Amino acid sequence: MVEWTEFERATIQDIFSKMDYESVGHNALARCLVVYPWTQRYFGNFGNLYNAAAIMGNPLVAAHGTVVLHGLDKAVKNMDNIKATYAELSVLHSEKLHVDPDNFRLLADCLTIVVAARLGSGFTPDVQAAFQKFLAVVISALTKQYH
Amino acid sequence: MLSARERELLIELWDRLTPAAEHIGSEALLRMFTTFPKTKTYFAHLDLTARSEHLRSIGKRIVEAIAEGTRHIGTAQFTANLSYLSRFHAYQLRIHPTNFKLFNHCMLVTLACYLGEDFSPRAHAATDKYLSAYAAVLAEKFR
Repeated sequence: MVEWTEFERATIQDIFSKMDYESVGHNALARCLVVYPWTQRYFGNFGNLYNAAAIMGNPLVAAHGTVVLHGLDKAVKNMDNIKATYAELSVLHSEKLHVDPDNFRLLADCLTIVVAARLGSGFTPDVQAAFQKFLAVVISALTKQYH
Repeated sequence: MLSARERELLIELWDRLTPAAEHIGSEALLRMFTTFPKTKTYFAHLDLTARSEHLRSIGKRIVEAIAEGTRHIGTAQFTANLSYLSRFHAYQLRIHPTNFKLFNHCMLVTLACYLGEDFSPRAHAATDKYLSAYAAVLAEKFR
C-alpha cells in the first residue's frame, strides 16, 4: 500500500483541479512523440507524424493526449487504491496495445516537463517530487498485469 | 545524433542560460535530491540545503561545463575536452551510471520552469539528446 503525506495528497488534487486537460494532454503526448520518436510505433494510424511541426499540429494526437490525461483522473480520485483501479487498463495496454512499459516513464517525464513549464516557479522541488511519486505509482499499476 | 540546426539551437540556448548558471545548476541538483533521495549518497560530505554555497558552486560548474560543450558537439574536441571530467567521474566519484539520467531529467524540468513555453519541443528534444551524449562521455571510462 502506498503511503501519501497530507502535502502529497493536497499537491496532486491541486495540480489536477487546475489542469487544462486539452492543452496539457496534447502537449505531453506530442512532446513524447517528438523527443522519443520510437514511441510513434504505437500510433501508426495517426497520419502525419513526419516532423515536430506535423506532430504538434496533428488533431488525432491532440485528441488522444486529452484521453490519456483524463485516464489519470481515476488515480487522482482513488489515490489509496491505484493498483486495483488500473487493473483493466493494464490488461488493455499489455494484451491489446502491446506497449513496452518502459515507454510509460517517457510519457510521464514529458507530462512532468509540460506541467513544470505551466507552473513555473510554482513547480517547486517538493511539488515535483510529489507529482513524480504519483506518476510512478500509476506506472507501476499499469505495468502490473504484464506477463 | 544532433543535426546542424540542433547544434545551433543548443549553442544559442545555453549561451542564454549561462548568466543564470548558479541558479539553474543549483536548482537542478536540488530537484534531483528531493525527487530521488538516493542521489544524495554521493554528496554526504556537503551541505545540500537550498541555496547553500556548495549547491550553488557545484551547480554553477556543471552548467558552465554543459554550456562549454555545446561549442564542440560532433568534433573530436568534445571528447578531448571532457577527458578530465570523464576520469574524475569514473575514478574518483564513481557514480552509478543511471544517476546521470536522473540529473539530466531534473535539468530538463528546471529549464521548463525557467523558460516556460520557450522550452519548445524542439529545444526539449535537442537538449535531451545532448545531455545523453554528454553523460555517455562522462561514463565512458567507467569500465
